[in-house]
Amino acid sequence: MTRARNWLLPHPFLTLLLAVVWMLLQNEVSAGMVVFGVILGIIIPKITAIWWPDTPKGFRLGKMITYSFIVLWDILVANIQVAWIVLSVPNSKLRPAWIVVPLELRQPEAITMLAGTITLTPGTVSADLSSAGHSLLVHVLHTDDPDAIRDEIKSRYERRLMEIFQ
Amino acid sequence: MSVEILGTYAVTLFLLIGSGFAAVGVLGLLKFNDSMTRLHAPTKVGTVGIGALLLASVGHSFLIGGSSMHELLIMAFLFVTAPISANFIAKVNIHSRSCETPPAPLQDSTWSTLNVPEEEREVEEKPS
Repeated sequence: MTRARNWLLPHPFLTLLLAVVWMLLQNEVSAGMVVFGVILGIIIPKITAIWWPDTPKGFRLGKMITYSFIVLWDILVANIQVAWIVLSVPNSKLRPAWIVVPLELRQPEAITMLAGTITLTPGTVSADLSSAGHSLLVHVLHTDDPDAIRDEIKSRYERRLMEIFQ
Repeated sequence: MSVEILGTYAVTLFLLIGSGFAAVGVLGLLKFNDSMTRLHAPTKVGTVGIGALLLASVGHSFLIGGSSMHELLIMAFLFVTAPISANFIAKVNIHSRSCETPPAPLQDSTWSTLNVPEEEREVEEKPS
């Protein structure tokens, strides 16, 4: 039974996501659309299986939803902060810096999410990953204390992502 | 005051917020003088600017009777793709040496962007 399920749904969350995206694209919720969405959600992961070599072992949807709300709020705050920096800090006083964040996350999916989050939130852009994936290079727009930002990234985002992908 | 009028005000407010943020993003792009700092303004300010414009669009489509959920999708795709384009621009900046050289990573030998044999590098280094 589990084997059959693993064969049919190697990535259950991807299937769910594809079905929801299909319904949003069609802009209507009806039985036919649900069925077609689920069919797409089963076929597409099968066809693209070669690019999804291993499934993340554990994935907690509940924590993921909390995380999304935290990130959305941070994006809003970040935008106002960056807009303020753009409007008020003269170029000569701007102090950009590179930060190296040592990573404890190992799954590629989790690191991708962390990098995406960093780019969308307060004054930081993730620029590169080290050759074996043990640290992340982050560029900060304006800071007096790069270490504080590194610690915030680790405690605010990485710790939560560690809990989501176990 | 009827719902239509309130809704119209809300749509107008979101349009103003959205275009305001977009304008600040453009200002930042023009104002900063270094290619890495320039990257910050459009990646972040752009997302909320477009987000607010899309909210205005959702509100307007509800006001005139039809409901549209395509905006949610646009926002989701935007949030997924914005970091990737920013990442690629950052990588190009590192390659072309148009920014400060980043510090070495803590555990590994180098950054993966720079992890190419010397003879295979295609981007010419700027004479300093």
